[in-house]
Amino acid sequence: MAEYKRPKTKAEFDKNFKQKKPLMNDTEAFYESSRCLFCYDAPCIQACPTHIDIPLFIKQIHTDNVTGASKTIFDSNWLGNACGVVCPTGVLCEGACVFNHQDVPPIQIGRLQNYATNKSIDAKKELFRVGKSTGKKIAIIGAGPAGIACACEARALGHEVDIFEAKDKPSGLTVYGIAPYKITNEEVLQEIDFLQSQLDFNIHYNSEISSNEQLKDLEAKYDAIFVGVGLGKTRNLGLDGEDKKGVIGAVEFIEELRMKHHEVTVPAKVVVIGGGNTAMDAASEAARMGARKTVLAYRNSKEKMGAYGFEYDLAISAGVDSLFNVTPLEIVGNGKVEGVKFAKTEMVNGTLKTNMKNVFIVRCDMVIKATGQAKQGNLYELIDDLEIDDKTRIKTNDDFQTSNPKYFAGGDAINGGAEVVNAAYDGKMAAQGIHQWLTKKD
Amino acid sequence: MIDLSINFGGIKAPNPFWLASAPPTNSGYQIMKAFDAGWGGAVWKTLGVPVVNVSSRYGSVNYRNTRMMGFNNIELITDRPLADNLREIEEVKKYFPDHAVIASLMVESKAEWEQIIKDVENAGADGIELNFGCPHGMCERGMGSAVGQEPEVLETIVGWVKEAANIPVITKLTPNISEITEPGLAAVKGGTDSISLINTIKSIVGIDLDTYAPYPIVDGKGSNGGYCGPAVKPIAMHMIRELAQHPEISGTPISGIGGVETWRDAVEFILLGATSVQVCTAVMHYGFGIVREMEAGLRQFMQEKNYSTIYDFAGKALPNVTEWKHLNLKHKVVAEINADKCIGCELCYISCDDGAHQAIALSDDPVNRIPSIIEENCVGCNLCSLVCPVEDCITMVKKDDGTQNLTWNERTLNDDIPTTFDDDRAGGKGHFVPKPTDALKHRN
Repeated sequence: MAEYKRPKTKAEFDKNFKQKKPLMNDTEAFYESSRCLFCYDAPCIQACPTHIDIPLFIKQIHTDNVTGASKTIFDSNWLGNACGVVCPTGVLCEGACVFNHQDVPPIQIGRLQNYATNKSIDAKKELFRVGKSTGKKIAIIGAGPAGIACACEARALGHEVDIFEAKDKPSGLTVYGIAPYKITNEEVLQEIDFLQSQLDFNIHYNSEISSNEQLKDLEAKYDAIFVGVGLGKTRNLGLDGEDKKGVIGAVEFIEELRMKHHEVTVPAKVVVIGGGNTAMDAASEAARMGARKTVLAYRNSKEKMGAYGFEYDLAISAGVDSLFNVTPLEIVGNGKVEGVKFAKTEMVNGTLKTNMKNVFIVRCDMVIKATGQAKQGNLYELIDDLEIDDKTRIKTNDDFQTSNPKYFAGGDAINGGAEVVNAAYDGKMAAQGIHQWLTKKD
Repeated sequence: MIDLSINFGGIKAPNPFWLASAPPTNSGYQIMKAFDAGWGGAVWKTLGVPVVNVSSRYGSVNYRNTRMMGFNNIELITDRPLADNLREIEEVKKYFPDHAVIASLMVESKAEWEQIIKDVENAGADGIELNFGCPHGMCERGMGSAVGQEPEVLETIVGWVKEAANIPVITKLTPNISEITEPGLAAVKGGTDSISLINTIKSIVGIDLDTYAPYPIVDGKGSNGGYCGPAVKPIAMHMIRELAQHPEISGTPISGIGGVETWRDAVEFILLGATSVQVCTAVMHYGFGIVREMEAGLRQFMQEKNYSTIYDFAGKALPNVTEWKHLNLKHKVVAEINADKCIGCELCYISCDDGAHQAIALSDDPVNRIPSIIEENCVGCNLCSLVCPVEDCITMVKKDDGTQNLTWNERTLNDDIPTTFDDDRAGGKGHFVPKPTDALKHRN
């Protein structure tokens, strides 16, 4: 079990949050790329949400056409660099690699991808060109992966683009919400810089779109609007004592950590409630911040957790303990958190029942709620004729166009919260949808 | 009891693993180190009038992550004074009297040949190898492969050497010739005691994409080099076989050279009739220590096959190497895919569809990536089994009952071969071939 010392400096923080997928060196990339079989109709391509031609870029790396490799990657995925490291490759491309059927380690596709894109970003290679101007203007709400991808594709197709971002940095979740051992802020921002410098789109920071007037203004000034907003704040659990000091949402916790690094103080004992990937991240991060005891509490069994197995393993290896089949009843403490009262749960005839006869308290100084984020329903309500499904997701057609034809949407806004790579794909395809709609002959 | 010792055309050695005349045999230091490591013999780097060499001498062909799959050099014969080499030959023989020390020689005039032969004999060399193979530099001066390419000149020089020499003579041939049996026969006629081959192949291993100069680059320019290493082994094996099967040459011992790196390579050379093998590139890559693997592997092979000397199996493959016209046209194999082993790379499918005979089909179920053989289209070409990355996943299964044998030769004699452009007896008549436009189906 790993033990982490509380990080007091940036260097100590970086040590505790050592990159899980470090950048490959040339030799490593050369040898790793030599292993690719160049499968026909390769399963890795099919498994990639953006359908990157993986065997091609790997062959290009191996034949020392690394710039070509990065072009192949960016051609399919505008956030190819970030995705190389933050994608759950074990369940996507690398999970599909045929070597898995032979008990041979799959090709490290993510790291190879990151190797190629990183080289081009570092060298500021000119890879993209703004398309011939169409005279059309597109407004994008949210500078997250979906918004950035949409902007890049739209610029390549010749449209003017303005992105409106609520926060003061681009790339949304990638910079605010991904565990720090997956990617550094610098790396995320560098990729956006690289794209923006070549494709020349505008990002207006600290410009949240939250009123009907703002939307009307956008509608008047722009030919199409892409909604690429992510999810909102962590949802309330509705527990007694949830307002006590020391209770924080996982998303908020991770965001603070990503922005303030070692300046964030995590107390000795932490309870993380939830069983998704965000819960795993938060628990792992609390442990890496020097919490002496971090307990992950999930209401159902280990098998029912939404988190990927490797994310759970990562948390455990960081020294996190886990409690399964427990549901929180109350957060106890005098003004500030002193513990969480749980009841055991059990599966009875297919439904999860709370056993009130088996109630106990886990002592702690901090509670991190990783039980899902609220959707941006308030914004959606402001848009005329926008159809929303019963899970507060915007409905779109195959071209990512919403029921209000001027509005397109993609990413978390339509899938309820998924991977960066899904958002990157949606954004790109939505720009193509917008392009078709704007340029079609009436 | 396994005995690896050999008597190669009068030259005795404790085992058949010899170092070829090349950079690893440039000095007594290297040869002593090699003998100490287990090599049975060494052909000294060619002696003659010392040369002047260039800087930057070697080039490599790397294949994927394998370095020096092919290798070339533009280094000439020894650049050290003859007296130094002779003194060191003497010293080596003093420490290793039972190991074979062979002096490779390359000079021009008859008088020079006679003098240098006397010198190396006095130094204690066990044999002489005539370098008629070097295809770079020396050949421009009328030596090396320039001799090997002129059977008459070769025969004359072998005659001079045999007249002057009291120790056995090996004639080393160049592969830079269209018919290896011609110089081979000339060497035999000249009276050589044995033959060694192949020397290196004229080659350009690569071009620098910034300076447009060939490797190895000497101040912006390059020259053709001599190609060797694992890549040339198939060419060497074919040439050894041609000599070993030639009725007038087959009695002459052959020392096999060209890409030998492992015990398997050595065994294959011996099966084709070589009774010593010479190694250079593998040593230049890994050092003298690789002989451990070669010797251990050879011993293991001999033990498993119950052979006590290499002569027990030398040439055993030769009866099976025949002309195409004697192959059985009734023999039929078909590929079989082991679904349990298949990992779904579909390389067999695409290689067959694009590169062979369209005899492999993909499943209609997108989840099932295990291809299937269309037996009636399969011509048994092996391609799928060669590209398959999984050992023993695709095997070629015999489909004929083994009772019939009919060769092209017999069909020719029976007047039963296609003779017109649209002859019904053509082998491909009636074979399935997709419509040309099927290639564009994916566009719809």
